[in-house]
Amino acid sequence: MKKQAVIMGMPSVINVVDVGVTEEDINEVFSYFHYIDKKFSTYKKDSEVSRINRGELKEWDYSLEMIKILKLSEETKKETNGYFDINFNGILDPSGLVKGYAVFQGAEILRKKGFLNYFVEIAGDIQIQGKNEKRESWKVGIQNPFNVDEIIKIVKLSNKGIATSGNYLRGTHIYNPKSGKFAEDVAGITVIGKNVYEADRFATAAFAMGEEGIKFIENLKGFEGYMIKKDKKAILTSGFEEYLN
Amino acid sequence: MKKYLQITIVLGIFAILIFFRQVKGNNKPVVVGSQNNNPASSQPNSNPLKSSGSQNTPTQTLQGAYKDGSYLGSVQDAFYGNIQVQAVIKGGKITDVIFLQYPNDNRTSQYVNSQADPMLKQEAIQAQSAQVDIVSGASASSQAFQASLADALSQAK
Repeated sequence: MKKQAVIMGMPSVINVVDVGVTEEDINEVFSYFHYIDKKFSTYKKDSEVSRINRGELKEWDYSLEMIKILKLSEETKKETNGYFDINFNGILDPSGLVKGYAVFQGAEILRKKGFLNYFVEIAGDIQIQGKNEKRESWKVGIQNPFNVDEIIKIVKLSNKGIATSGNYLRGTHIYNPKSGKFAEDVAGITVIGKNVYEADRFATAAFAMGEEGIKFIENLKGFEGYMIKKDKKAILTSGFEEYLN
Repeated sequence: MKKYLQITIVLGIFAILIFFRQVKGNNKPVVVGSQNNNPASSQPNSNPLKSSGSQNTPTQTLQGAYKDGSYLGSVQDAFYGNIQVQAVIKGGKITDVIFLQYPNDNRTSQYVNSQADPMLKQEAIQAQSAQVDIVSGASASSQAFQASLADALSQAK
């Protein structure tokens, strides 16, 4: 059963191919996503994050989920040599981590219900379990950042997470005033890891590193990456091709 | 006696933990790295130079094309942050799209790559068959981008 929804203004797809799956099972995951959005959205005024940023909540008032996200962010900051940091000019913004976390936890809901073959996706961040309806590994396309209707690579995944972090291009006149420190040459990076939470946080950090990002992924045990540069060339980590066949 | 010793040790550990927690808490505003960020990046950059220049160019408006000027798009939610663009039209054509708001992935500039420099394979990207179960891409932001741009262009008609 495949269902779609709009979560946090983004498309979300859940596809469970096991027999016995009901609409309620899938809706439970979507409800969880809405709950996370309400808590962690930086531009919803009543979210916990916004309340913290306005100084309305002190550390002892934080919810358990908030404490968990803060711990994970701290951990990620260390693992990315300080490159990933949710403290930005004194403002807390855990968005770079929350999407992958939400997709992973959403997939956990299905796993705990006993499902084995499914994927859960929000806007290109995907947790993939088991096999598709043809009893084969799931086929995941990597989107062309220069033409979103096109796929430029197909990877075959099972029990993995995949996430893409990127910029987009519409011709050479477009520029990003905040990109002063970005490597201008990178259009996007796709990362495959043991789960989508891991893939997402390292894709976010690697993208911010510019061309160095693919080396960061190469040196990260258990992760593979595909970096697309603005000259339309891609750089692959050494183990990436294992996912192609 | 042994019991008292245990209690003292436990209390001691607590005291140390509280001490470190406070030290850590006090340091929070001075997060190394985040200070290196361009403070301007927390505010929308409207780049007035670029948009005002468009008004002085001689125009040659084609049929069905846009009117010259600068048009502000709506703010679109891209989860990682908001996206808002400004479209600049010259001679009836889009000559520039300026990002006024953009979700910033680049939190710090602290990255130091001390690790080995691996030689990695490079290839030209190539369109593949679209026979896939699902697609991974950064389309969340591109959809927000398209929505903001469409809004800007609707005003230019």
